[in-house]
Amino acid sequence: MTKSIYILLPFLLYILQLSGQDTGDILIKNGTVITITDGVLPHTDVLIRNGKITKIGQDLKENNVRIIDASDQYVMPGIIDAHSHIGIENVNEASDPNTANVNVGDAIDPFTITIYRALAGGVTTSHAMHGSANAIGGQCQTIKHRWGVTDPQEMKMSGAPRTIKFALGENPMRVHGEGRHIVPRTRMGVEQIFREAFAKARDYTAKWDKYNNNPSGALEPPQYDLKMETMADILNGEIIIHCHSYRADEILMLMNVLEDFGVDKICFQHVNEGFKVAPELAAFGARASVFADWWAYKFEVYYSTAYNATILTRNGVITSINSDSRELIRHLYHEAAKTQRYGDLTDNEALRLITLNPAIQLGIEDRVGSIEVGKEGDIAIFNKHPLSIYAVPQMTIVDGIVRFDIHDADDMRIDIDPEEKISTFIEESSDHTSGDRCLQDVYQYFSDHK
Amino acid sequence: MICEVVQDALLPLQTTINKKMKYRYTLLIALMSLCLTALDSQQIQKASKTNVLLTNATVHTITNGVMEGTDVFIKDGIIADIGKSLSPSDHLHKIDCSALHIYPGFMDGGTQLGMSEVGAVSLTNDYNEIGDMIPHMKALTAVNPNAVAIPVTRVNGVTNAMVVPSGGLFPGTAAFINLHGYTPQQMASGFEGIVLNFPSSSHFGRWDRRSEEDIKKEQKKAMKKLNDIWSELALYHKIDSSAQRSGTTIKSYEPEMKALLPAYRGEMTILIHTNKDKDILSALQWIKKTGVKAILVGVSEGYRIADSIAQANVPVITGPVQSVPGRGAARYDVAYRNASILHNAGVKVALRTNDSENVRNLPFHAGFAATYGLGVEEALKTLTINLAEMLGIADRYGSIEQGKVANLFVSDGDPFEMKTRIKHLFINGWNIPIESRHTLLYNEFLERSPGLKK
Repeated sequence: MTKSIYILLPFLLYILQLSGQDTGDILIKNGTVITITDGVLPHTDVLIRNGKITKIGQDLKENNVRIIDASDQYVMPGIIDAHSHIGIENVNEASDPNTANVNVGDAIDPFTITIYRALAGGVTTSHAMHGSANAIGGQCQTIKHRWGVTDPQEMKMSGAPRTIKFALGENPMRVHGEGRHIVPRTRMGVEQIFREAFAKARDYTAKWDKYNNNPSGALEPPQYDLKMETMADILNGEIIIHCHSYRADEILMLMNVLEDFGVDKICFQHVNEGFKVAPELAAFGARASVFADWWAYKFEVYYSTAYNATILTRNGVITSINSDSRELIRHLYHEAAKTQRYGDLTDNEALRLITLNPAIQLGIEDRVGSIEVGKEGDIAIFNKHPLSIYAVPQMTIVDGIVRFDIHDADDMRIDIDPEEKISTFIEESSDHTSGDRCLQDVYQYFSDHK
Repeated sequence: MICEVVQDALLPLQTTINKKMKYRYTLLIALMSLCLTALDSQQIQKASKTNVLLTNATVHTITNGVMEGTDVFIKDGIIADIGKSLSPSDHLHKIDCSALHIYPGFMDGGTQLGMSEVGAVSLTNDYNEIGDMIPHMKALTAVNPNAVAIPVTRVNGVTNAMVVPSGGLFPGTAAFINLHGYTPQQMASGFEGIVLNFPSSSHFGRWDRRSEEDIKKEQKKAMKKLNDIWSELALYHKIDSSAQRSGTTIKSYEPEMKALLPAYRGEMTILIHTNKDKDILSALQWIKKTGVKAILVGVSEGYRIADSIAQANVPVITGPVQSVPGRGAARYDVAYRNASILHNAGVKVALRTNDSENVRNLPFHAGFAATYGLGVEEALKTLTINLAEMLGIADRYGSIEQGKVANLFVSDGDPFEMKTRIKHLFINGWNIPIESRHTLLYNEFLERSPGLKK
């Protein structure tokens, strides 16, 4: 008997771990609740039980919960970043124009301080993306900022739809065409990478269908190919494409390719010239995830406008503001507010850009992105309206657990070398493109890697 | 706008001609208007210079508090008068500023604005010349007055920027410019400063894989080079002084030494770029030893040694405020708080974005500094009078005062807040249109025509 317990123990522990995503119970009292989907509710309480929002109302009473007084404070849904590279160790598998077989979910790093800093800016969920070196990059991973967990698996937002990174324009052209002298060196080549991959995936699926539909067993099974499997899953609508893009022409090109292959789940990333083809994007049902104001750091973003998010929104495109940067991810609320300097989005429209809209783009809008009963208990609390320059994030809650609290912010970090035996200071290079990790891990492919 | 002007100009002509002719002219005018409309959507209008009376504004003077219901009279590029119900005889143009605010133009203490057109296209970058000892490379030479980023920057109320060469130990001479003009000389403000990248013991970026020993070796080598240069300068100074006394000049061609000589003599400011706490302390020692006139730039770890900087009485241009801490163990908001910690210790602080295309974010960097301890009033000073005083140009820049250069803007609210609109902008008294490539593209594409179908 004892023996069998010892044998079973590891399995029992494993099962416990599987079922045991930590969740908490919190009652947030008397805040100004910005629901996103149901207006702004003054003097309102939000109850989170077992990590889920169970009640929204006034004078809620509940036993055995941590009570947080949010009087004179603003309570909004946890911010979502549809484009980041935080929480992963590797960004680019730049060895081929198509690396659909790799997955950044295999390279999660739960210890990176960037996750904590993002939490300190109210961000609870981010889309850890493969880089933009390849026309078809690796699969991405939606993560929740459960800072403090040590198991990489626990960072993943389980059940979130699969996503994959595509990339158009200069980056795949530089890495493969200029750097390695293989296709694509031009935007013509980039198009054909997609057409070839989708066409081959169709053939691949047809071969397997033929084999599976032949019960007599006379056929030999086709060779298993993970790259083809992934491409086939895109064709089946099981994976959302998130495509790094800048110019209007290349955006139209990809929509044409997708139309030819019957694919409709697409969110364009960066999409600096999206404003030029906003009616086409809206008609296709494509989404857009943009920078608030980045431009001119490379030629394909020279003809940009900070009014991009406003133009896209006014044309009916579901738009989000992303960071793509470990610096910007700390103040996405401020980035969203830029749409009120550059355009005239309402408060709710501006906040949707960093909450419900990125949730829609990641296919997780039924779980996060607004304060609604039944949704996950991901909350950011600010001392002033989050779109004001004077707003300071006070507390960030993930699944009902406080993961950032401004009052104990000093205690949540560890100085690895308090005596400074070695230098722990890293000076940022004045070349501010160094903050962009879309091309991390690929510098060896450039002769001139400015 | 342009079409209207053309039509107005041609109207008198129309009245003098017969009906048939009139028809033809109308057609011609219609055609011209079409062409001009297309042109209008791609070009920023010209600035204009007239004497302007801004009336009934809330004037944020910076140096004399906030004055309600006050007029500001701009004449010949200068703030000629400030007061209630001014009625100068020689104003041509009046702008009602009721419910609006006037602020002095914001000034960025460190940028590559106009020296870089497209970041990743190296041939459009002019801020980093080859060489370690090239103080004679002049930023003013390489500023492109027509850089697309300049109008993009100034429509947020930024009227001035320091343009700074970067690279080696002495990468060049920085210049403080006005963000309007057709030649660099028209843009120059009069201030130029020698840039010194003080020998650093930091890693540069996360991919810097040098060992501790290598970094120390390189720092030591750079420090020796700096001291050697200073010894040589001592000699050069002596020779030059004696040459001057005998009414001659040094004949040999030594542009580096010639460029550094005014800095050696304390007649020209050195902009000492340094960030790590220990390096800042070394820089302070070096300033004391050499007796140079210095401003510290960068100073991202100033918060760790603020008292030492205050004691040394050296001013600081810090930023960008929106940046990540240099140490993993540092509190997440140290970069936001750095300016306020320095100010509270008694250091005179100005700000920089260290950016090129997004210098327009300067007011928001200041807004973050204000939020994280500095307060709005002090944050406004970091963008105006503090920098002007450091550069020795406070007699002409940095506040709304009679006799100062008319660099100012009119807004409908707090310029740090995102919803605020900049309504009018003046640089050297020129009335600058609130337009940039970004606003022009907005106007053209918000409601694209043709839309989905042609």
